[in-house]
Amino acid sequence: MEKALEIKPKAIKSPSGFSIIWRELVRDKLALISLILLILIIAFVYGVSLVLDQEEIVKVDLFSIHEAPSEEFILGTDHGGRDVFGQLIIGTKNSLSIAIIVTVLTGIVGIVFGLVAGYFGGHVDNVLMRILDFFNILPFTMIVIAFVAVVPKYSVMTFSLIMTAFLWMGIARLIRSKALQEKELDYIQAAKTLGTSNIKIIFKHLLPNCMSLIIVTMTINLAANIGLESGLSFLGFGFPESTPSLGTLLSYARNPQTLEFRWWIWVPASLLILILMLAINNVGSALRRATDARQRRG
Amino acid sequence: MWKFSLRRIMIMIPQLIVLSIFIFVLAKMMPGDALSGQIDPNIDPERIEEIRVQMGWYDPWHEQYASWIGGVVTGDFGDSFRFKMPVTEIISQRIVNSFWLSLVTLILTYLIAIPLGITSGRYNDTLRDQLIQGYSYLGFATPLFIFALVMLWVFGFKLGWFPTSGSVTPGLEPGTFDYFMSKFYHLLLPALSMALIATYNTILYLRNEIVDTKQKDFVLTAKAKGASETRIYNQHILRNSLLPIAAFFGYEITLLIGGSIFIENIFGYPGMGQLLVESVTLRDYSVVTATTLLFGAASVLGALLSDIILSIVDPRIRIK
Repeated sequence: MEKALEIKPKAIKSPSGFSIIWRELVRDKLALISLILLILIIAFVYGVSLVLDQEEIVKVDLFSIHEAPSEEFILGTDHGGRDVFGQLIIGTKNSLSIAIIVTVLTGIVGIVFGLVAGYFGGHVDNVLMRILDFFNILPFTMIVIAFVAVVPKYSVMTFSLIMTAFLWMGIARLIRSKALQEKELDYIQAAKTLGTSNIKIIFKHLLPNCMSLIIVTMTINLAANIGLESGLSFLGFGFPESTPSLGTLLSYARNPQTLEFRWWIWVPASLLILILMLAINNVGSALRRATDARQRRG
Repeated sequence: MWKFSLRRIMIMIPQLIVLSIFIFVLAKMMPGDALSGQIDPNIDPERIEEIRVQMGWYDPWHEQYASWIGGVVTGDFGDSFRFKMPVTEIISQRIVNSFWLSLVTLILTYLIAIPLGITSGRYNDTLRDQLIQGYSYLGFATPLFIFALVMLWVFGFKLGWFPTSGSVTPGLEPGTFDYFMSKFYHLLLPALSMALIATYNTILYLRNEIVDTKQKDFVLTAKAKGASETRIYNQHILRNSLLPIAAFFGYEITLLIGGSIFIENIFGYPGMGQLLVESVTLRDYSVVTATTLLFGAASVLGALLSDIILSIVDPRIRIK
């Protein structure tokens, strides 16, 4: 009996999503290197921060202010005598974590919004798109800064909620156009004729068919969110100093002395942001090619 | 065209109203009121309450909104508690600086992006094209503030070619040629930093547009008639590809505002972006409200402008 199950016809099956992605990655050396680099950075950062004590690192030590890189502090210390290397690791972890949280939250809001607008179309779409247009016009940095000013209990959670509130539009727009095309296809019409409820069609039929677009968009959003978060932290409206992010380290460079003479504080963090964003973008473009048969290289 | 423009303006009005309500609510949520910061601790709290009642602090929200928006329309944003002077006055100094910075940024962006986009599209898939695409990809992936910091570090501090803060050398007489040159010199590096990063949209758009147009029939016809390559590009292709770029001009305003917040803070350039960040940090709420409202209104108007230009350039948009 078990044998019979094993010899199930396999040959006719078209290659699975993962094998296509894998093939595309192997063809695109840059994307493969990026992926490996990313995995290494993530593993290192999350691994080491298990051992490192965040409280210990952000503790101000007045006897070792602005030390140059040495044996004790690989990347020197900042204006509070805190070890820059330790902050770099914890900062990367915090930056990555918030970028992931924001990407997932914006993803959920944007996907639901886009699916509903695209699937129902007509008046629903019209009203929803006007709302989206409005959010889209607001300059992101400005509005987040203004919000940060009024939120009384400011924490990582409120920060990511504020970011989400003004970042869901891009993915919503993409999903909406996809849903508009998709809903005209026969399988949706068939499901409708069979009397399937709208909610079920949206989440059981429409959503899976938007999945490749969602994955690609969210990957690229992840890179963008790392940049946005570090930008806000740089201006002083992101994480508080007790929870350093990569942007916090860069914000020390707003002091001209630090910018000019103490490169070890801000250059490594800038490079890390650049590497992370480029690597994630490279993986994202490989994913995009994998999802679009016309662009595939392999 | 007029019908479309009119409809588009009708959409804009509710947008502006929602924006103003939005910012009014934000302003109400900000702790303190117009009196905090001016209150002398020796004044009787009851007297302060009286003034608050007089100023309408306890009126229903729609009445407060009405009187606030009435002030805004006539250019009255209240007083800044940091500078102890009317917000309108502070802003009118800053807004001129920001305007020049944005203008020079825009000009530089197009000066860099258009030739690169054309080259990239004309010689697509050659080494030149790949280099240009590599540059625009880097511009897309690099956060503006990191790039600006590096520019300031290299050209401002290490090489000392440009001033590292301010908008003009102190002591110069306004109106003189030296004053003008000093202003321009001060905003060149910030504008260039922003422009170099902002080009990727235009380059990629122009490239794709030209690559598409190249294969159209009218280009083949021109070729068959023996028109020279240069003539084909300048007369036939560019005319078709450059117009949509003009239309994105309005949307650039939103991007410029976002960028100026970073650029002005990094280069210590006294414009609106710097004012916003300083005011939020120092809790100078009347200024925060005024700057956000102005920035928001500018973006709404920019989008309007873009849509109208687009409808002139591309008649298909008008149908609907």
